[in-house]
Amino acid sequence: MNPLHTWIAIGVTAVGCYLVKYLGLAAPAGILERPLVKRLAALLPVALLAALTAQQTFGEGQDLMLDARAAGVAAAALALVLRAPFLLVVAVAVAVAAGVRALGG
Amino acid sequence: MPEQTQIPTPERAAPDARPAAPGPAAPPDSAVIRDALGVGVAVGLSGFAFGVTSAGAGLGVLQTCALSLLVFTGASQFALVGALAAGGNPLTAAAGAFFLGVRNAFYGLRLSALLGYRASVRPFAAHWVIDETAAVTMAQPDRRTARLGFTVTGLSLYVLWNLTTLGGALGAEALGDTKAWGLDAAGPAVFLALLAPMLTTTVERAAAGLAVVLVLVTLPVLPAGVPVLLSALAAPAVLFVQGRLDQRRPDRGRGGNATGTAHRSDAQEDPR
Repeated sequence: MNPLHTWIAIGVTAVGCYLVKYLGLAAPAGILERPLVKRLAALLPVALLAALTAQQTFGEGQDLMLDARAAGVAAAALALVLRAPFLLVVAVAVAVAAGVRALGG
Repeated sequence: MPEQTQIPTPERAAPDARPAAPGPAAPPDSAVIRDALGVGVAVGLSGFAFGVTSAGAGLGVLQTCALSLLVFTGASQFALVGALAAGGNPLTAAAGAFFLGVRNAFYGLRLSALLGYRASVRPFAAHWVIDETAAVTMAQPDRRTARLGFTVTGLSLYVLWNLTTLGGALGAEALGDTKAWGLDAAGPAVFLALLAPMLTTTVERAAAGLAVVLVLVTLPVLPAGVPVLLSALAAPAVLFVQGRLDQRRPDRGRGGNATGTAHRSDAQEDPR
């Protein structure tokens, strides 16, 4: 990983994320209050999070593969269905993925 | 910040719990502080997961800590390190993180009226406008308790999130090969845990399903980072289809189009 590229990404993300936070706090009410805009803003994270979950579970560079991560994420899904708290969900995923790898998966 | 399940937000716990009638008397300060600290501490600890994931993705301790100090919105931070690890170009990676952060603007709009901060205070308060502070602040009945809840949640979460990020990054470096420890499953598990409470209606589930299909189909053929951005198109696509369906069945619309949204409860409209 090129350190300069990483720092650029960090800088751009920090500035962008700060500006949207500030925009909301400082903007006159009404600008972002249109129903369609609000619906889109609510649905955008859903699409992005779903895509990120899939990409980081099955993606390896530009290849798709089924490995220990999928087992870990499946276990996390089960934990979520059982209403486990956030940290436990992550811990279960890590433990199962580590277990599968230890078994040669 | 991981915006997740155990936060006792009124939106999550009971969608209609927020009184439309005049609210109850303001809770005592101690109750507000206790609730705010509960959220701040519980979520603040998950900075550890971020520190480990970021270091495992190949970022240095300084870079990892800079993200928590300067970006301070969990989902965006996880997304950025994931995209960088996948070899994405820095601007593509930042774009994905940025789009995830856009929802904070909508929290800010709500909080602006509740907190009533002067223009000179807003630039400082803005950095703490995230899922958790919004949830705690919006649950308060008046301005004084709203400010108290916002400040205590923001401060406790900011301090803990950054300390645990450092701890996680140092811990991951000591562990060596984070994959052998299964830590590469932490990132996707975090995203799934953030996503799960959002999947409340068919609209959200359809958008999530379409996004997964888009990203998996385009992953092998598009440059790193682009598939995730492309999958964001699932959101407008699903809204468009839903709008058409609602037009065809005006009486059975499910509160997603312009008219339907106006009838939904305040809490459900929350851009979460």
